[in-house]
Amino acid sequence: MTDTSATQAKRPASGFKIDFHVWGPIIALIVLVIAGALMNPNFLSYGNVTNVLARSAFIGIIAVGMTFVITSGGLDLSVGSMAAFIAGVMILIMNALLPSMGVGIGIVLVGMASALVVGLAAGLVNGLLITQARIEAFIVTLGTMGIFRSLITWLADGGTLSLDYSVREIYRPVYYSGLFGVAWPIIVFAVIAIIGEMIMRHTAFGRHCAAIGSNEQVARYSAVHVDRVRLATYVFLGILVGIATIMYVPRLGSASSATGVLWELEAIAAVIIGGTVLKGGFGRVWGTVVGVLILSLIDNLLNLTDLVSPYLNGAIQGVIIILAVVLQRQKKAAR
Amino acid sequence: MNLKHFAGALALGTMMVMPLAAQAQEEETAVIGVSIPAATHGWAGGMNFHAQATIEALEERYENLDFVLSTASDPGQQVSDIEDMMATRNIDALVVLPFESEPLTGPVQRVKEEGKWVTVVDRGLSQENIEDLYVAGDNPGFGRVAGEYFVENMPDGGNIVVLRGIPTTIDNERVEAFEAAIEGSGIEVLGMEHGNWNRDDSFEVMQDFLSRYPEIDAVWASDDDMAVGALEAIAQAGREDEMWVLGGAGMKEMIQRVMDGDEQVPANVTYPPAMIGTAIELTALNFVSDVPVSGEFIIGSVLITQDNAEQYYFPDSPF
Repeated sequence: MTDTSATQAKRPASGFKIDFHVWGPIIALIVLVIAGALMNPNFLSYGNVTNVLARSAFIGIIAVGMTFVITSGGLDLSVGSMAAFIAGVMILIMNALLPSMGVGIGIVLVGMASALVVGLAAGLVNGLLITQARIEAFIVTLGTMGIFRSLITWLADGGTLSLDYSVREIYRPVYYSGLFGVAWPIIVFAVIAIIGEMIMRHTAFGRHCAAIGSNEQVARYSAVHVDRVRLATYVFLGILVGIATIMYVPRLGSASSATGVLWELEAIAAVIIGGTVLKGGFGRVWGTVVGVLILSLIDNLLNLTDLVSPYLNGAIQGVIIILAVVLQRQKKAAR
Repeated sequence: MNLKHFAGALALGTMMVMPLAAQAQEEETAVIGVSIPAATHGWAGGMNFHAQATIEALEERYENLDFVLSTASDPGQQVSDIEDMMATRNIDALVVLPFESEPLTGPVQRVKEEGKWVTVVDRGLSQENIEDLYVAGDNPGFGRVAGEYFVENMPDGGNIVVLRGIPTTIDNERVEAFEAAIEGSGIEVLGMEHGNWNRDDSFEVMQDFLSRYPEIDAVWASDDDMAVGALEAIAQAGREDEMWVLGGAGMKEMIQRVMDGDEQVPANVTYPPAMIGTAIELTALNFVSDVPVSGEFIIGSVLITQDNAEQYYFPDSPF
């Protein structure tokens, strides 16, 4: 037991001891699924599974990007507000183009493109302020969180921005329909998670993120372009927020100052539950996906049963977040 | 009496300081501070809109009135706003829609002790007799009118689900009155969950209700933002023909659907965000006229059906 801790994740579980760092989140997920199936027969129905997976997609897509930011030792608190802002801009652009472009696929594509562009730009602003102006990520994104939230409130005049009904009818299937019975948000989430996992494990970029997160100085001396990699993580996250918004807008066709509230904390919680280290240096995308599913399953279960007072939903989530991390830590402390 | 004295004192004060030109301007103008919660959900957005619209109109109408508007996103910030108004803007009156009753009671009481006029809107303070004027919607009435509509339209009883707002006194009062109104009618409430007056939350809660209960005859969404989310979840499940939805507060899109005779949205119950305008207007009257305006002003909750929907339709409001 004197080998370095860096190899712990890769070593297979020996004997009867379960490596909670690897299996903790998955065990928690399985326990939740079994509990759900026992408590309500509709829990595993096609409709309910689709609902839960599709509603996880927004936070999930964002959390994949957040995994990279956190792994490289950063943090982004602005993603929830950013999503609301992007949704607002997207709706305004599509509504404004309606008279000239008419109703059609074209206008939806322009809306989607604008979401990606605004997301990229927002991520670039965060990233440049952090890497070039050398301000703490926490402070920068705390600032932009407030800025984006105010901008959406101002754009909506304190109310709600609604997508024109005719455009909405064309755009609606992006959330509600799918391929072979699998809803689009689920497909997009799955594809992004797989790509994310591959980038994290098999590319130089993924390894650089972990290197910067565990020791920035050493990474720099090892010829890693620290600022460039850092900047890329924020831009990547910005684009993913744009994609999440593309999936979000067709659901209710509206954006207001209440959109995306606390998404940033849910995404961060999912990343941590999944086993990524908050201080950086180690990250895994599949864990994040499991974390997102755990969080939305808890919500779903509490709605499907009368187990606890609805006032306590937040408390249950809090307990599970802490428990998930404690289980993972115990193993480490024991060494 | 009070009012007359105040007006007299104001006039006298104005005359006395008239020669001091710079000060005179400040003295003859009454400053009314308005402190409201920020636009965090649809209803509050409408309330913000009506507050600004009323202030603009009043500033144009009365030259000797000045307004200070501040919006707060939490009770702590609202307390600071009110302290700032007292310290730096020298307000003569405060119109306040408290974020929460308890934390705002002390600060508003201190404003009153300084001899300022105090108007409290919508949410009462936790101690009585602080305010000069209380303007509010009728929360128990809101629940009762909704409950009566269910009883009337479900004579043989049936299964309903209820979406509740953010856990607050307002929400409790509404739900209690609703439950009292449907008692003994054979209407069974299958489930109640908090949708937090939020479209996304109520969408997800309604999805889960639909998975959980195979038979739902109607939904009391208790708010129009929540009704939007609930309707979308019902459409997704393809169960539009099974149930109708009663929202509340009079969002323009919902009123439009009531006007059009939509079977899924047959009615609405008012809880007008424009009540902030009523409060500001009445407070202004105190400074520009001699009519008495102290006391309580409760704005009733009215049932909107296709017959009277038109008079509750405000296309310009954001809500």
